[in-house]
Amino acid sequence: MTNAGDLRPPSTLPLDRQATVQSSPKVSTADTLATVNAPASSISPSNTDEVVLDITDLNVYYGDFHAVADVSLPIRRNQITALIGPSGCGKSTVLRCCNRMNDLIEIARVEGSVKYHGVDLYDQDVDPVEVRRRVGMVFQKPNPFPKSIYENVAFGPKIGGFSGNLDDLVQESLTKAALWDEVKNKLSESAFALSGGQQQRLCIARAIATSPDVLLMDEPCSALDPVATFRIEELMRDLKEEYSIVIVTHNMQQAARVSDRTAFFTVDTDRSQRTGVLVEFDDTGTIFTKPTEQRTEDYITGRFG
Amino acid sequence: MTTTTISLSGNPKRHRRERVVKRIFWASAAVSVLISAAIVMSLIGRATTFFVEVDKSSLVDIGWFPRRGLYDLLTPLAGTVVVSLLAMFVAVPLGLGAAIYLSEFARPRVRRFLKPILEVLAGIPSVVIGFFALTWLSPNLVQRVFDSAGIFSMLAASIGVGILITPLIASVSEDALRAVPTSLREAAFGLGAKRSETVRKVVFPAAISGIVASMILGLSRAIGETMVMFMVGGAVGGGIRELNPLRPGTTMTAAIASVATGSDQVVGEGLTFESVFALGFLLFVFTLVLNTVSDRFVRRARERY
Ligand SMILES: Nc1ncnc2c1ncn2[C@@H]1O[C@H](COP(=O)(O)OP(=O)(O)OP(=O)(O)O)[C@@H](O)[C@H]1O
Ligand SMILES: [Mg+2]
Repeated sequence: MTNAGDLRPPSTLPLDRQATVQSSPKVSTADTLATVNAPASSISPSNTDEVVLDITDLNVYYGDFHAVADVSLPIRRNQITALIGPSGCGKSTVLRCCNRMNDLIEIARVEGSVKYHGVDLYDQDVDPVEVRRRVGMVFQKPNPFPKSIYENVAFGPKIGGFSGNLDDLVQESLTKAALWDEVKNKLSESAFALSGGQQQRLCIARAIATSPDVLLMDEPCSALDPVATFRIEELMRDLKEEYSIVIVTHNMQQAARVSDRTAFFTVDTDRSQRTGVLVEFDDTGTIFTKPTEQRTEDYITGRFG
Repeated sequence: MTTTTISLSGNPKRHRRERVVKRIFWASAAVSVLISAAIVMSLIGRATTFFVEVDKSSLVDIGWFPRRGLYDLLTPLAGTVVVSLLAMFVAVPLGLGAAIYLSEFARPRVRRFLKPILEVLAGIPSVVIGFFALTWLSPNLVQRVFDSAGIFSMLAASIGVGILITPLIASVSEDALRAVPTSLREAAFGLGAKRSETVRKVVFPAAISGIVASMILGLSRAIGETMVMFMVGGAVGGGIRELNPLRPGTTMTAAIASVATGSDQVVGEGLTFESVFALGFLLFVFTLVLNTVSDRFVRRARERY
């Protein structure tokens, strides 16, 4: 249990680890893992080229069905990476590989590697529970627990054995999710009493509360109206100062508006099965203005069948 | 210029058929209401006769011996309370455990195999369970653990009744657990909750109304259960008021059954025959209250999502 043993709850991590690691780049796996929850504010902007999640030669199968083939995709720190592409091309599948949510699907099988700060998430001794505390997830449909607003945000820290001031953490998380002012007077009310957009921001606050350093978002705005969508996009731009974000979206303008880098996936029609492949990965500006691949251009200009 | 009048009144034949179908369904609904009303009326009539004519001092006595004019209503009432509570002690842990295992832990293939078995168990006639309790549970379990227990005891009957209602509790609460949306489980897992934490802190609380309803349903089934107690409870002709489960005892239902199956001419013996209706009426009120309460729980469970 070398790795899993070091995947301790973030709150117990000594913050001075950060300095140790930065001064010596060649540290052991364990030390690297221990640093990831150091406050991102202490990370210098020049660090943004650092790869947080390195997906290499990823192949995913659902039973006999080859859902995703040979995807290699580096996710960089403090950037927003957008995954776009037609329905069924495996965007959610790739995303769910980044926090081992695919473990929950009986028939899913993953090959290749997803390295999180150098540690392969699919190593024998990695505990998926620890992974998910560091790589948070926001789902397509807002899914608050049938509990109070406060309890929703406090859920992750509580099960993670958080020992600090929970009230402060809840306030901080809600503030970061741009929801605090709207809910500060009704923290004990049911989360179901909030609007859809507020619920989604609550889910973001809930994910932030476990202090992850990566946030995975699977079409977080698809159930929301344009105003709520706009607020979440604004929020994402704020959040990337502190977190690295991967977002799946069907909304091309959204990808263009918020993301730094864009990965375009499609269904490979040359294969016998409807297997998803990564066509092109580049700076968002490049993908949307002068893509290398014809297929990318067809898709973003709406000529895709 | 000719105008054709359009008829929107439809096909008269279809209208007639529609009316007939509606009446058939109305009739079947009406019959069930009539039957219920008839039951209540028949109970109330004789029960009133009993309560008016009975010597009030015989209502509280050493025991329930209807053929000797001793109508201690507390005896069958106490027996019912003892037996159904003990049965719940057996059935709730077993039933809930099975439900949680099936809905949250079992692989789909295991569930497909176990669920039908559970449903078959629910259909076992109570006389079979009664026989099993008498010939196996009582000598091999109850008498072996408690030296003082006879072959007939309320405890043996309670375990039998417990086994009888376990599948009911398991199946209804499993439905309640499965009705909790997957999105809530994913939310919990995504925050780094272990499976057991997800069950305890999210799924179980979300399904609590349905689970309570399953327990109340089980309880009213236990209260209404006759055969097991009749066969294993001892005290067939009547019994001393008894709270010790190792002793023989009688419940409301078993008391009714033993008078109704008596070989002597029960109608001639003073108020013996009427006393059964008094018991029946009490039982009716008892289960009516329970069913109303459980109905409320079920409805609240449905409204939740
Ligand atoms: N649990 C599963 N079991 C079997 N097949 C699955 C499962 N989940 C996804 N698939 C299949 O894998 C492929 C990729 O699915 P995925 O959900 O990743 O696509 P997507 O790009 O997210 O699509 P969308 O844009 O519609 O959300 C699809 O063909 C889908 O049918
Ligand atoms: Mg998807």
